Amino acid sequence: MSVESRNDYLDNLLHGREAVSDAGSAWQRTLRMRAVERANELTVPTTRDEEWRFTDLSPLYRIPFRPAASAGILEKSRIHAFAIPEAETRLVFVDGHYSTELSQVNSNDGVTVGNLADVSGSSEAVAETHLAQLAAIDADVFAAVNTAFLRDGALIHVASDRVVNTPIHLLFVATRTDSAAYPRVLVVAETGARCTVVEDFIGVADGAYLTDAVSEFYLAENARVSHVKLQRETPTAFHIANTSVRVAHGGHYATWTVALGARISRHNLSIAQAGEATEFSVDGLALISGRQLADTHSSIDHAHPHGRSRQLHKTVVGGAAHAVFNGKILVRQGAQQTDSGQQSRNLLISDKARVDTKPQLEIFADDVKCAHGATVGQIEADELFYLKSRGLSDTAARNLLTYAFAAQVIERIPVKSLVDQLEKTVLEQTQTREPA
Amino acid sequence: MIRKNAPVLLEVRDLSAKIEGRTILKGINFTVRAGEVHAIMGPNGSGKSTFAKVLSGHPSYQVTGGHVLFEGRNLLDLTPEERARAGVFLGFQYPIEVPGVTNSSFLRLAYNTVQGARGAEELDPLEFDDFVREKMKLLEMDPAFLVRSVNAGFSGGEKKRNEILQMALLAPKLAVLDETDSGLDIDALRVVANGVNKLHTQDIGLVLVTHYQRLLNYIEPDYVHVIEGGRIIKTGDKSLALELEARGYDWVAAEFKGMAAA
Repeated sequence: MSVESRNDYLDNLLHGREAVSDAGSAWQRTLRMRAVERANELTVPTTRDEEWRFTDLSPLYRIPFRPAASAGILEKSRIHAFAIPEAETRLVFVDGHYSTELSQVNSNDGVTVGNLADVSGSSEAVAETHLAQLAAIDADVFAAVNTAFLRDGALIHVASDRVVNTPIHLLFVATRTDSAAYPRVLVVAETGARCTVVEDFIGVADGAYLTDAVSEFYLAENARVSHVKLQRETPTAFHIANTSVRVAHGGHYATWTVALGARISRHNLSIAQAGEATEFSVDGLALISGRQLADTHSSIDHAHPHGRSRQLHKTVVGGAAHAVFNGKILVRQGAQQTDSGQQSRNLLISDKARVDTKPQLEIFADDVKCAHGATVGQIEADELFYLKSRGLSDTAARNLLTYAFAAQVIERIPVKSLVDQLEKTVLEQTQTREPA
Repeated sequence: MIRKNAPVLLEVRDLSAKIEGRTILKGINFTVRAGEVHAIMGPNGSGKSTFAKVLSGHPSYQVTGGHVLFEGRNLLDLTPEERARAGVFLGFQYPIEVPGVTNSSFLRLAYNTVQGARGAEELDPLEFDDFVREKMKLLEMDPAFLVRSVNAGFSGGEKKRNEILQMALLAPKLAVLDETDSGLDIDALRVVANGVNKLHTQDIGLVLVTHYQRLLNYIEPDYVHVIEGGRIIKTGDKSLALELEARGYDWVAAEFKGMAAA
C-alpha cells in the first residue's frame, strides 16, 4: 500500500467531520483542529510497523467508514440484556451520539457524570484541563482521528474523598453498518476519590462497522479506580481502542479488559506512574474463535519508586482465530523498589488457532523485583486425567477446564452481575458437544 | 477384613508398564478381595505410585504385559472415566488444583456423571448441597470449601480431605489411596484415616500406597506388600509394616536377592 493511498483512507475517515467542527467551545474546536493536523502527519499502520506486525488492518482499509450523522433507532428492549442492575448511573451512546432517553443519571454530591458535549462551568474546566493530555494523539493515528471527531463522550469527575459505591456503566452501541463511531471517555478521580467504571462496547448492526475509542483516566493522590472494559462487538466489527491511565502518589488502578467480539480488535492500554507507591492490577481476557483477531498491547510505566503492578493476560483461542499480546513493562532509572509481575497465559483449543505473545521488559533501576512468564499451550494432561478419574468424559473435562481457564479472570471483576453474565457467555462459547 | 469366600475384586497378573521408554513395573501379581485392606509399601522409586496410576488408567504410562481384571472385566480396556464409573477410585498423592471451577460444581458433576452411568438417581444443586454437607462432616470439613475453587490454595491436609470426600461421594468398590498420609500433620492424619475407616465396608477393597507405617496405625491392613524394582518382593501381615519401620527396606531386598540366588 502506497503512502498516498493510506492518506486517501485517512481523508476518507476524516471526511464528514464538518458536522462536528463548529460544535462546542473554542477550546474544543482548537483541540479538534490540532487533532486533524496530527492525523494528517501520521499514516495508518501496516504490518511493516513493529507495533502492528501481527495485526493486519487491510480488511479495515477496504471499507470507507463514515461517522453516523445521527443515532440509529434503538429500542430499549434491545439493550436490556446488557443492563447492569447494580449501576445507578448509565450513559448510553448510540453510533457515537449520546442518548438522553436511554441514559439514566443518578446525581450525587461531588460527582459529575454526563455527556462531554453538554458540560459547563467547573465540569467544563475539568474537561478542558484533562482532555487529550494523555491520549497519544501525536503518535497514534486512531487516537488522533477520534479526537478530530470529539463531541459526545462520557465525563466522570469524582471530587476529593468522594466514594461512588455503585458502578458507572458506559454503554456504546453500534447500530449502523458501514459507519464509524468515536467513543470518548474521560475519568478524573480527585485525591482519595473512589469509583468503578464499566466501559461496554456492543453492536446490533448487521454488517461491518468501526469503533475507534479513546479513554483517559486521571487518578490523583490515593484515588482508587476500578475499570472494566468489555468489548463485545458483533463478529464483523472493527474495534480499536486506546486507554491511557496516569496514577499519582498512592493511587490504585485496577482494570479488567475482556475481548469477546469483533473481527479485528486492538486495545492499546498504557498505564503510567505519576508518583510513588502506586498499585496497578491489570487483568485481561480474550476469548475468540472463527477468524477473529484480538490484539492487546499494554504498557506499564514505572517512573517512580515503590510502584507495584500485577498483570495477568489470558487468551482462549479456537477455530482459526489469532490472539496477540505485547506487554511492555518499563522501569525507569529512579523507580527503585518496583515490584512488577506479568503473566501471559494462552490456551489453544484448536489446531489452527494462533497466539503471538511477547513480554517486553525494559529495566533501568537496579533494586527492583520483576517477574514475568508466558505460556502457550493446550489443556494440561494432568488436569484432564484428574477430572476423568472422577468419571467425567473427555469432552466434559475439556469443557470444564477451558471454562475454568477463562473464568479465573472473569471471577475477579468487582461487579457481581457482570461476573454472572460473562460466566454464562464464556460457558456458551467454550463448550463443545459430546461426540455421538 | 479377610473373609475366605469374599468375591475377588481385583486380580493383577504379571503386570508390567513403562513411561517414556523406562520400564517401571516388572511383573506385579496382586489380588484384592472385597473387604480387604492392602498396604503397598516400598522405598522411593520402587514403582508403588506407578502401580496406583496404572490401575486408574493414567495416559502417561504404557502397559507392556500382563493383565488386570476388575470384577472379572478387563480393566485395561477401559478409559479412566469408565474405570471411575465402574467403581475404581484413585486418591491422588498430589491432587490437581483447578482454579475457576468451584468445588461444589465439580463434585456434583462428578457425582451425577457416575450416578448416571450406574443408573442411579442424580441430584439437583439443592439436593446435592445437603448430601455433600453430610459427607463433609465425616471429614470434619468446613462447608466453606464448597464455594472455593477445586483444591486451589488448599493446604496439603485440605486437599487430602477433599480426595476422601470424593471417595465418599463416588462410592467406589476399589479405592486406591496413593500416599494419602503424605503432607498431613498428625491431627489431619487422624481425621482423614477415620473418614476412610467409616467408608470402608465388607464390600469395598482398599489399597493403601504408603511410604511410612504411621497411616497403618489408624487403618489396619490385612496384608502388607513390599514393592522393590517394580515387583512385589514380600508379603506379610501388619507386623511387617512395623518391622519395616524399625529396620528399613534394605533387608527385604537382600532377603529377596538371597531367595532368587538360591
